[in-house]
Amino acid sequence: MSAGLSLRDVTVAYGDVDVLHAASLDVAPGETVGLVGESGSGKSTLALAALRALPPGGVVRRGRITLGGDDLRAMDAASLRALWRHRVRFVPQDPLPSMNPALPVGVQVAEALDPLQPRRADVREIDAMLDAVGLPDPERVRRRYPFELSGGQQQRVLIAMALLGRPDLLVMDEPTTNLDVTTEAAILELVRERVRGGTTAVLYVSHSLGVVAALCDRVEVLYAGYGVERAPVDDLYHRPVHPYTVGLLDAVPDLARGKGHAPLRPIPGRLPDPGETDGGCVFAPRCPVAEPTCRTTSPPLAAVAPGHDVACLRADAIRAGDVSPRQPAPDVPDGPTSPHGTSLHAEGLTATFAARARLVDRLRGRARPRLQALRGVNLHVPAGRTLGLVGESGSGKSTFARAAVGLETPDAGTVTLDRTPLPARLRDRPRDLLARLQMVFQSSDEALHPLRTVGATLRRPLRRLAGVPPADLDAAVADLLASVALTPDYAERTPPELSGGERQRVAIARAFASDPEVLLLDESVSGLDVSVQASVLNLLDDLQRARGASYLFIGHDLAVVAHLADEVAVLYLGAVAEAGPTDALLAPPFHPYTEALLASVPRPDPDATPARPPLEGDLPSPQDVPAGCPFATRCPRVLGPVCHDERPPERWSDDGLHRIRCHIPRADLAAEQADLDLREAP
Amino acid sequence: MTSPRAAGATFVGGGARSPRRRGALGVLRSLYDRPASAIGTSGVLVFLALAAVGPLVTPYGPTEQVLLDRAQAPSAAHWFGTDRLGRDVFSRVVAGARDILLLAGGGTALAVLLGTATGLWTSARGGWIEEVTFRLYDALLALPALLLALLLLGTVGPSRSSVLLVIAVAYTPIVARVVRSVVLSVKAREWVAAARLQGESPRWILLREILPSVLPALAVESALRFSYAIFLVASLGFLGVGVQPPSPDWGLMVAEARDYVYLTPWSLAFPAAAISGLVVSVNLAADGLGRALRSGA
Repeated sequence: MSAGLSLRDVTVAYGDVDVLHAASLDVAPGETVGLVGESGSGKSTLALAALRALPPGGVVRRGRITLGGDDLRAMDAASLRALWRHRVRFVPQDPLPSMNPALPVGVQVAEALDPLQPRRADVREIDAMLDAVGLPDPERVRRRYPFELSGGQQQRVLIAMALLGRPDLLVMDEPTTNLDVTTEAAILELVRERVRGGTTAVLYVSHSLGVVAALCDRVEVLYAGYGVERAPVDDLYHRPVHPYTVGLLDAVPDLARGKGHAPLRPIPGRLPDPGETDGGCVFAPRCPVAEPTCRTTSPPLAAVAPGHDVACLRADAIRAGDVSPRQPAPDVPDGPTSPHGTSLHAEGLTATFAARARLVDRLRGRARPRLQALRGVNLHVPAGRTLGLVGESGSGKSTFARAAVGLETPDAGTVTLDRTPLPARLRDRPRDLLARLQMVFQSSDEALHPLRTVGATLRRPLRRLAGVPPADLDAAVADLLASVALTPDYAERTPPELSGGERQRVAIARAFASDPEVLLLDESVSGLDVSVQASVLNLLDDLQRARGASYLFIGHDLAVVAHLADEVAVLYLGAVAEAGPTDALLAPPFHPYTEALLASVPRPDPDATPARPPLEGDLPSPQDVPAGCPFATRCPRVLGPVCHDERPPERWSDDGLHRIRCHIPRADLAAEQADLDLREAP
Repeated sequence: MTSPRAAGATFVGGGARSPRRRGALGVLRSLYDRPASAIGTSGVLVFLALAAVGPLVTPYGPTEQVLLDRAQAPSAAHWFGTDRLGRDVFSRVVAGARDILLLAGGGTALAVLLGTATGLWTSARGGWIEEVTFRLYDALLALPALLLALLLLGTVGPSRSSVLLVIAVAYTPIVARVVRSVVLSVKAREWVAAARLQGESPRWILLREILPSVLPALAVESALRFSYAIFLVASLGFLGVGVQPPSPDWGLMVAEARDYVYLTPWSLAFPAAAISGLVVSVNLAADGLGRALRSGA
């Protein structure tokens, strides 16, 4: 009987459909186990089953769940309440709904410390913990209501509450997924420092191999409700065996593998629906090394090394090196991208939005506060190439794209397409200009009209912008679908019938309908699972080679952006902090903000330890942009008053390609940052 | 069927591959999935049938007086009895069904049309037009519907068309607000932005990109408005400012029978029961419609 959490052959069903099949898992006290899988893998179901907190309709059908030797499945309502009150804690992905909006944070934290007598909770202990989770001035935090805190602060409060309970089991379900990368780094640092060790068994659920690599002792990989591989973190990343694990690792762009290096290897096919399995290995239809027996025999988890279990019939052959579990590398057409094409140039783009003014201030004749979304942005999307645009939420990167295509009207500045200046308002742009500049949006759920078939969605721009005659429309739709690797029968389907990746392909097809010269992609792969993301990134690359379109690729994930982009610009509070060729951006000198961003990216490599302490504080409000350098309030390299008071100069590299807006001279930055070079060694 | 689907979408993911596409008939059929909405829908259908074929099945004309049969209790000859003027109550209730359904239905249709048109156009456009329109609607909403109706009828005089107008004025703001709440969330959707980038006209965006998303909420709200309109028509008839005698209006019949409630209680009870039966039926059906459209969306 183990002291920590133990699940044995746990099968969970929603209704009649099993979504988790005979899963086993052990987390010892003081150990952190990562639970990894794509959406639909059953990882959240497993985590909630471990807490006996499945949503209505979910039933543990078979198996044993014990915590410290106590059988959770045998507990009655009273013992379950005691379990939840004293022994387990849960940190969810979205912190706000887990807090009571009507109570100050302090009251809720006190309940976490002493659930029965929160008023008698020790305030000093609470303050010490709030301070320890990186919330300075805990007295003020205690008086705040949850909505008054930023997302990162809310998550810190929840972690503080979880730790104050000194639980036997702490389950964290993607606690950093919705946060910016710098905030994520700070939270991960916090979990590493404060949560790990001690006596708590930690189950950390994540879709991100990078996050898990940085944090966990052991990792459990789930696929379609089956545990497929379980290994110590080093083994999993350096000696993965299961073809699915290998596929996941190959599908993640790594910062050290920029553009022009190996293409990503997506996993073909799609996740089977729950209940769709037919007795064979659940991964066999997508597996590069599947044999006929794989389709008839479901492999059990079996040890291949101490602590390393794999559910694969070919595990021995893979370990012996007889077969390669990697997906075949996609064909990449020879030759670099076409140097022809059209460039997009933005000069001094400025956009502000009116913020809500208090009535008192309006009556006193005070000017409405303005949110400064863009403050004089100069950017250049090179012809036939890709400019990556990165920044945290609130940096203005989406506003830039929307202003460029005309969805927002900028206050000042110009956008030119080659040498054609674009009218600021969308309605002043003639149709042939609209056809030349198109956009792919972020959300695969909202980008397509849910009631319209894919065919109808694609026919419209083909007719209006590309001028395809009605008789040829069906053929044109089929061509367009083929260009995004979808079969013609997709024309009859509606968006709710498609998976997220398929929807995003249709959205890309729609944008390509008018054969645009410049395409803006606003976080267009962010919502996708990594294996799907890889195939969409490859698709975008292929389409660029085939059509010679120029891309502006916006993302918050530096590794993804660097993978696709020839040049990268870093935006902070509506201004360009650094811009230049991707290679130059990944090597010193860095703008201190870029430096922090790069150091924050979780890498799918357990040996890649963070090189910098995480950034402190939050992004300043865009209503109240600092007068000097916008980054001065958080900059670890701040020089002194000059940073706070004077707008820093743009410092260009000798070849005139790379610019940094900083008071510190390039040579000084380069000297201090020499240890952080992410370019692949030649 | 609902719980595993919902659970699948939230916790298992990837469950959105088999949506149900249904026509109007499918929605009607799903109204019979639950007893409450089945009863309501059946009730509404019965009243509609009565209104359609009423004069063909009633034994007497609605204003026909049989002076020898005055104030008779319900019997085989007079199912609902007769009033003190010797009119057959059953015939009058059936004839009244057509009146009230036409007035309430027509008024609701007018309100839905006006409310949708103004709500859709102004809130998609935004700016001062939206502001002015909805402040005006707020002002109308500040008055209770009945008070507003009395004011209007006092001005234009009681008649069938003024009852229609009253319903339209009273309910247009409410419909417009419902439409607005959906439009505000839909117009920021990315598919609307994509349509703008295709150079679609404002009209196309309004009618083809936004309106379809408004329809489910609009259908439920219309059904609900209809039930309130029935109530309003009956109330106005009761107060004597709506449909005028000798029309077989239910509210009017209740008012006329009130003074003789000890003599002919049936001539009060049956029209009153008809009012509440119809209102309850429409409400139950509206509730079922809401559930059906939500689960199918």
